[in-house]
Amino acid sequence: MQIIIEQLINGLTIGSFYALIALGYSMVYGVLKMINFAHGDFFAFGSYVGYTVLVIGTGFLTTHFGLWGGLFAALTAAAISLAIVGIIVERLAYRPVYPAGRLPAVVSALGASIFLQNIIMVIWGPRFMAYPSKLIPNIHIKFGDIHITLLQIMILVLSFCLMAVLYFIIQKTLFGAAIRASALDRDTASLMGIDFNKVIFFIFTLGPALGAMTGVMVGMYYRQISFTMGWNYGLKAFTATILGGIGNLPGAMFGGLILGILEMLGAAYISAAWKDVFVFLILILVLIFRPTGLFGEKTAEKV
Amino acid sequence: MKHNAFLRIKEFFTSRPKTAFAAVAVFIVYPFLVSDYYIDVTFYFGIYALLGLSLNIVLGEVGLFDLGHACFYAIGAYTTAILNTRFGIPVLALLPVSAVAAALFAYIVCSPIIHLRGDYLCIVTIGMGEIVRLALINNPFNLTGGPNGVFGIDFPSLGGAIVIDSSIEYYFLIWIVVVLSILGLGKLQDSRIGRAWNCIREDQTAAEASGIDVRFYKLLAFMLGAALAGVGGNIYASKLMCVSPESFTFWESCLMFCIVLIGGMGSIPGVLIGAAFISLFPEIFRPFAMYRMLVFGAVMILMMMFRPGGFWPRKRGAVSFDPLLEVRGRDD
Repeated sequence: MQIIIEQLINGLTIGSFYALIALGYSMVYGVLKMINFAHGDFFAFGSYVGYTVLVIGTGFLTTHFGLWGGLFAALTAAAISLAIVGIIVERLAYRPVYPAGRLPAVVSALGASIFLQNIIMVIWGPRFMAYPSKLIPNIHIKFGDIHITLLQIMILVLSFCLMAVLYFIIQKTLFGAAIRASALDRDTASLMGIDFNKVIFFIFTLGPALGAMTGVMVGMYYRQISFTMGWNYGLKAFTATILGGIGNLPGAMFGGLILGILEMLGAAYISAAWKDVFVFLILILVLIFRPTGLFGEKTAEKV
Repeated sequence: MKHNAFLRIKEFFTSRPKTAFAAVAVFIVYPFLVSDYYIDVTFYFGIYALLGLSLNIVLGEVGLFDLGHACFYAIGAYTTAILNTRFGIPVLALLPVSAVAAALFAYIVCSPIIHLRGDYLCIVTIGMGEIVRLALINNPFNLTGGPNGVFGIDFPSLGGAIVIDSSIEYYFLIWIVVVLSILGLGKLQDSRIGRAWNCIREDQTAAEASGIDVRFYKLLAFMLGAALAGVGGNIYASKLMCVSPESFTFWESCLMFCIVLIGGMGSIPGVLIGAAFISLFPEIFRPFAMYRMLVFGAVMILMMMFRPGGFWPRKRGAVSFDPLLEVRGRDD
């Protein structure tokens, strides 16, 4: 029992990473019907920015603002700089190819992904980077037999807060309504006076910013980052997006969490080496029997 | 105007024989004039051309988003590697075997997913590609050698009569296969099958309504594409003399996808241009070391901005049943 619960918590931690990245994919897909292959690299880029802030600024920030101040600074710096990168990528690489249809956008997104990956490599070098150790005191918290680290609790709390904020923005505010409307029908939405460019601006700041913060959290959790890690996490997060029903934001969050838990349970009870195979098999099975994902609405096929 | 690649080539040879024969002469003489390095670069150009042609059937002709095509390539390469190293079957004899193995694999894995459309098919093929790669790494039944792969594959030979063991011979092997595939696929484009494929790509519902067996033709495209990729895998395995899962990543599938889209969907000359871009560009810009992939990414974006339909998009042929138009030789 104790192992199951610990594995579930590990799964939730990883799942919340996937969920936060998946939100970025899902927002872009919902509004633009485009798979943003560069999103994984936004995440990796954010991780590196956070690394730099933590390494260069640890002494200064932690002495002046305390440990949490330093972490907060790393997260904010990553989020803000990646929001800017997101806007630039959208302006330069995506906006000019929208009118040409969906497939050129795929190639353009792949190009942007290669470009970002190599920018990271040029700036920080091709080697693995290690996040500073002992950043967060290694405290184990015990609930009966169950051990959880302080870091895990912090990650879980932070990511659930972020998801809650995003959920609130999308579901309850007027701006969220504009995004949902554009996702539903772009032309009608603009006839109703919704500024489509503002919507795009918003999703390309929020998505990369969320991804960047996830990058910092992943850096703190695994401590090792590399410039190619965007592909791996991006692929998993994209899988989560599809699992939850693409374009459906709560679906993307649940898809991410479910994926993380499945992965951990698969690793614990089936085989660690085959865990990813297990994840992809489940994805394929879900799509065969529920082609719109677990939480996707059953829409009539457009002819 | 002839829109079929096969007829176009024929027309090119009859209308401008000098240029055509000069091109053929350059193609034959070229490897004898340059160093092995350049021959190998053009060999990989050929491999990517073959892979591009194979994905072009699925993505270009039928419009099925396949981002896991590297798994068929992997099946071909591993079939050759395992059968050759374990049982000593000559590599050239394994060429058709690899093709059939990849096609069979495609039939088995694609049958249950063939009804999916668009992005859902795309993600399932990504999953398929990843499953194959991870399975190869995990070394099932001790067959695939895990992350290290399989070593010691022979040179292609057939009963001692033909032995291919130098760069020049590999160059001719791959390009002869590419040229034969181009001729075959060119024929196919204007056949009943090719027209059915294009019809499905343009409007699946209309195709179904006109009595085209959509499921059959989609599966056929996957199997043919897989078979060609399997042939590529066979030649690649014997050239490298070893295969490892690293050669068949998601990245490889993405490159194939880009070859087809950069060239132009369903266009055979386009595939050649796309393959040239993907394989030659990083080599030409090698002096720029770490900046070359940066430029590569930027150029991909620029290409899609200025030529969104691809570099050499396929022209739509006007099929005319009016004999008068034929007589007047009208050209649309």
